[in-house]
Amino acid sequence: MSRKVLMKGNEAVAEAAIRAGCKLFFGYPITPQTDLSEYMAKQMPNRGGLSLQAESEIAAINMVLGASASGARVMTSSSSPGISLKGEGISYIVGSDLPCVIVNVQRGGPGLGGIQPAQSDYFQATKALGHGDMHLIVLAPANIQEMAILTGEAFDLADIYRTPVMILADGALGQMMEPVDFAAKPVRVLPEKTWVCNGHQNKRPMNIVNSLYIQPEELEQKNIERFERYKKIEETEVKYEEYLTDDAEIVVVAYGITARIARTAVNLARAEGIKAGLHRPITLYPFPKKRLNKLADKVDIFLSVELNMGQMIDDIKLAIECKKPVKHFGRTGGVMPVPEEILDNIRRLAK
Amino acid sequence: MSNFLFAGFGGQGILFSGKLLAKVGLELDKQVSWLPSYGPEMRGGTANCSVIVNDEPIGSPLVTKPDVLLVLNLPSFEKFEHTVIKNGIMIVDSSLVEKKTVRTDIKAYYIPASMLASDNDLAGLANIIMFGQMLKAIKLFDYSLVEAVLVHSTPKSKPQLAELNKKALSLGYNYQA
Amino acid sequence: MNIVFEKPKALADVPFHYCPGCTHGIAHRLVAEAIDALDIEGQTIGIAPVGCAVFAYNYFNCDMVQAPHGRAPAVATGIKRANPDKFVFTYQGDGDLAAIGTAETIHSGARGENITIIFINNAIYGMTGGQMAPTTLLGQVTTTSPYGRKAEIQGNPLRICELMSTIEGVAYAERVALDNVKNIRRAKAAIQKAFEIQRDKKGLSIIEILSTCPTNWGFSPAQSMDFVREKMIPYYPLGVYKDITKGGANNE
Repeated sequence: MSRKVLMKGNEAVAEAAIRAGCKLFFGYPITPQTDLSEYMAKQMPNRGGLSLQAESEIAAINMVLGASASGARVMTSSSSPGISLKGEGISYIVGSDLPCVIVNVQRGGPGLGGIQPAQSDYFQATKALGHGDMHLIVLAPANIQEMAILTGEAFDLADIYRTPVMILADGALGQMMEPVDFAAKPVRVLPEKTWVCNGHQNKRPMNIVNSLYIQPEELEQKNIERFERYKKIEETEVKYEEYLTDDAEIVVVAYGITARIARTAVNLARAEGIKAGLHRPITLYPFPKKRLNKLADKVDIFLSVELNMGQMIDDIKLAIECKKPVKHFGRTGGVMPVPEEILDNIRRLAK
Repeated sequence: MSNFLFAGFGGQGILFSGKLLAKVGLELDKQVSWLPSYGPEMRGGTANCSVIVNDEPIGSPLVTKPDVLLVLNLPSFEKFEHTVIKNGIMIVDSSLVEKKTVRTDIKAYYIPASMLASDNDLAGLANIIMFGQMLKAIKLFDYSLVEAVLVHSTPKSKPQLAELNKKALSLGYNYQA
Repeated sequence: MNIVFEKPKALADVPFHYCPGCTHGIAHRLVAEAIDALDIEGQTIGIAPVGCAVFAYNYFNCDMVQAPHGRAPAVATGIKRANPDKFVFTYQGDGDLAAIGTAETIHSGARGENITIIFINNAIYGMTGGQMAPTTLLGQVTTTSPYGRKAEIQGNPLRICELMSTIEGVAYAERVALDNVKNIRRAKAAIQKAFEIQRDKKGLSIIEILSTCPTNWGFSPAQSMDFVREKMIPYYPLGVYKDITKGGANNE
């Protein structure tokens, strides 16, 4: 039988995390992410790890804080409403410069919203996962193989830059199955964790993991340092994929599940003689600003396709600095568009 | 012929049938995707799953216009009958769905799968009988490969179930609809 | 010259920021003495809360993690699960532990986490300037119960040791006070016992310390001790509420 295994996205993230050395998982059940917690609960005890169902999303993210502070590779996962609950803890984790991986298998909102796939947490993920001057690295996989690869990558990025990393998926990616190959990937050089609170054993000075800086100047300096790290991340870690953009007059920008549907639409447009292309950001933070800005020099118009009322479109506009028009097409509330709907929008803009 | 939709009640093995097809595609080194309906409707209501087996990278995993539709209950029949593409194929469990399609532009196969299952001591395997019938109708996949994948997909702890699955597949394949 | 009195090793050589007459200083010292007595400073990780004791990370010499408001038991759970053989304690006030963090407190108990909770109950919010706490006594005036706490409006004060003693995974629960030498000695023994229970992996141990807040109570330090004796102890009786080492349920 094939070396590849057929797996749900949720399961592929869990398996990839275990393979990346994730030793602790703290979660709380919520649709459409629950398969991930279930996979962890089943696998972790047999693979030298621990999976614990917390009493709340709030407790789960704070267990992550503790485990990370004491040096472990640790992960939590949830879906939209649960991620909102984690917001405070995420802010503390950023403020304490702790690495961890947080998975958001998005569903429609606001409020309890629905349980079908959505991308309406884009603003939250890229701009406001918690209070304060802060960001997370946000990775947006578009297929199940990438769910696995980016999860492994997320743990490395988290350790290298001492920051939480979010895998921003959606209900479709979480629930669907595709073949996955878990073949070993090159491992990055990771810094030693000298800051860990796991008992100093009288061999080193005590460590403090903390996000409180009562002197404004000190806090300002901390934030400046952190943003210098973000700058470095932006210089070295931006990822995107392009399809038929070389001669494109209209470029569709879409990420995650939507990018796949948009790709079909681009093919349909090309078959009609419309010069369409696709730009798919893989890192949503940092956003591929430079590349989009460069594309804007030769492209006539951009179409942002998202499972929301228009969020990433703002980042595209900022990236291209008003060089070209940017339009939005989205379905929201858990509705996924069919390629023909996107094609209609491409046609309209191509005229 | 690459887009498949399996639909019925929760508990009829709809998701398993879909997975079986996806695994066959995987063994053929095709691009495959499997997307279930999920949420409250899965508990006692209708369940369905979209399966795509293709040579090209798969765009949307959601099958809205199936080439092949398998239906195991009336609500699914009524909901999806009209979504099948022109010249597409529909396989219907006629022991659960008494209606016949009004469409003349698709090929419909009626097989009393649930009745065949209970008559042949194959309780719970109407889904595999349906699969067998579909296999014959679509003429896309090698029977012995499907059988091998089916056996491989059966829990090792239940060797007798593998035999029953093989019997069900054969029964469905050889039924003259 | 002989040294007859010095700071515990586990306590940093810096002045406390606490107000005159506040018992945080004594409580810190007792925790540090227990760490010294068991010689576990190098294996201990402390969790600072949000509240007056937030700066606890500056006062202890062991590794320290500062937790979000109320979440210290969850943070402690994460640390302990990653390092099961280390000692982990939280140091939390009444707002932190018994209001915003009630769920974390109860569920860490239910899981029988092998951690020690030092619970400072002074019946008021200190750091924010004297607001009503979940443990504020009926009739007690605070800035958010300016007419005195009334059961029918603000509800009743929570008795945490009694509550925690009903939970299966809690191994030890004792309430102590710091109003006289005898009680301080009793508190010291209780804290050390709590760490020993953690060492023996018997479950969660919680020591509730009735404390003072002269600044926000509006009393002198001496009057504050009277308040503990005359008002607090009658509602929050001292004693051991649960001790599985003396028979009873053991969560192991």
